[in-house]
Amino acid sequence: MSTEDKNTIPCRKMFTDTLVELAKKDRDIVAVTTDARGSVTLDRFANELPAQFVELGIAEQNAVGVAAGLVSAGKKAFVCGPACFYVARSLEQVKVDVAYSGNPVKILGVSGGVSYGSLGFSHHSLHDIAVLRTFPGMHIVLPCDIQQTKKLVEELVDYPFPVYIRVGRNAVPTIYNEKTIEFKIGKANLLLEGDDLTIIGTGETVYHCLEAGKRLHEQGIKARVIDMHTLKPFDKEIVEKAARETGKIITVEEHSIYGGLGGAVAEIVAQDTPVPMRILGIPDEFSIHGKPLEIFNHYGIDAEGIFKTAVLMFNA
Amino acid sequence: MSKVNQNKIKVLQLQAEKIRHKVVEIVYASKGGHIGGSLSSVDIETALYFHIMNIDPKNPNMENRDRFILSKGHSVEALYSVLAAKGFIDQSLLETYGHYNSELAGHPTRKTPGIELNSGALGHGLSVGIGMAMAAKMDQNSYKTFVLMGDGEQGEGSIYEAAMSGSHYKLDNIVAIIDRNKLQISGMTEDVMSLEPIRGRWEAFGWEVIDMEGNDMNDIVKTFENLDYTNAKPKLIIAHTTKGMGISFMEKKAKWHHGVPSIEQFNEATVEIEARIKSLNEQQS
Repeated sequence: MSTEDKNTIPCRKMFTDTLVELAKKDRDIVAVTTDARGSVTLDRFANELPAQFVELGIAEQNAVGVAAGLVSAGKKAFVCGPACFYVARSLEQVKVDVAYSGNPVKILGVSGGVSYGSLGFSHHSLHDIAVLRTFPGMHIVLPCDIQQTKKLVEELVDYPFPVYIRVGRNAVPTIYNEKTIEFKIGKANLLLEGDDLTIIGTGETVYHCLEAGKRLHEQGIKARVIDMHTLKPFDKEIVEKAARETGKIITVEEHSIYGGLGGAVAEIVAQDTPVPMRILGIPDEFSIHGKPLEIFNHYGIDAEGIFKTAVLMFNA
Repeated sequence: MSKVNQNKIKVLQLQAEKIRHKVVEIVYASKGGHIGGSLSSVDIETALYFHIMNIDPKNPNMENRDRFILSKGHSVEALYSVLAAKGFIDQSLLETYGHYNSELAGHPTRKTPGIELNSGALGHGLSVGIGMAMAAKMDQNSYKTFVLMGDGEQGEGSIYEAAMSGSHYKLDNIVAIIDRNKLQISGMTEDVMSLEPIRGRWEAFGWEVIDMEGNDMNDIVKTFENLDYTNAKPKLIIAHTTKGMGISFMEKKAKWHHGVPSIEQFNEATVEIEARIKSLNEQQS
């Protein structure tokens, strides 16, 4: 495993570049967007595969409905745009046309969480996991780096369930090695062994969890670190095992502290293997404005904040 | 119209009356449902399923089938009765409607063979239909997509997002129909939230707009048979209908949007429909 800080490719770009290559071979792949080809980085797809590209203008409700219709008629539709709009403005279409109607549309929410930083709460998506978890049949994946994103797209094309994928806006450090990466939707990855406590992250917080975990090991605290890329279906076993073997769990998410990763872990451990937990995320307030990493730091979901919480929890 | 066609019309009228009767039966038996809008749309759905659409009840997922979406999902009693009459589902299944754990929900679901979309939340069907029509164009398939909307439903803004995309992509293979029965749950549509001029609004969105007498089988068949699928324009049919059509005490009354008949009212409705069935049978023999 290598922690490579020099990556300059955002996950959204890796997503769409991978999709372009797959779509050249599979003409049923269709990209749908809402005046967001720039934000999503779909320009290449639009230019190289115009017959498989559907622009619907600023109309998210229609876009999700159209994608459901395309899928219903045999297409493999990826509806792509800012996460904040697809899981709010068009939420009813996601609920009824996609999930309830059993249309395995792939919804790519880009610039999720606090990626839009200073643009404010209207552009943050800190509720998406909580809401979508309650839709039966809806799967949710937050890849943490470009290698995982690439693997994810390859698995998504023929994946028989609707999936919401959230990626950030900026390039993030690469965690996985291109040659050794293992990825399967629904199966969490163990990044660091340890028996003193467990840190579970998802999406962009995984890097921070891993960095904090390494620092903790240097301090003699053997932290276990888990990449919970899939929020649904949820890898219950790895959480139960962590609870049994480490006795303490910290969850870290770029999401409201209500109903997301922390909620999902708590639902499991509270019922069968109760252990103390700390749920790190965005508290019940309108998130502050700033650069994404400043916001991470403010709410203690960066490596430094996670490290501090882990030390306190270990010594408690 | 030729004699053959007139015979066909009579057959369709008879079928519609039987379906109308079934609608009243299942609403009465289940003590729930949306009878008014079901009755206004019975004739349109009968014409589509028994004359216009390329469908096969034995193969409900046939690749090049025509698609029908009931966007006004609350009128599902009419659709279930049509699907049963056509052989997509067993007649006995209709008896479970409204009962514990029935396969038939109070709004359409794809669990029922022949249903293309789970609907019920208004303003969704046209977008999904646009997606289906778009897929047909991409794959050079000849199937058509029909979407039946309510007139009250026209308040949903998402419909106009869909309308824009239909004309932008020149989808002349989609036919949207508005069941213009002029009533919604709270009263007259024009009092609740005025919809007129419907024609002007849809024409402005680039659709070909066609008026149709939506409870007149002659006009329904003529309108659908004469649609031009080559003019690069999506089609919007304003089906002028009567809410509660065919049960005189229910007609044009908002309270029958989701009213349930008493035993006396059920019997009265049955007598009225049976009289028409008898008359149509006599005309055919």
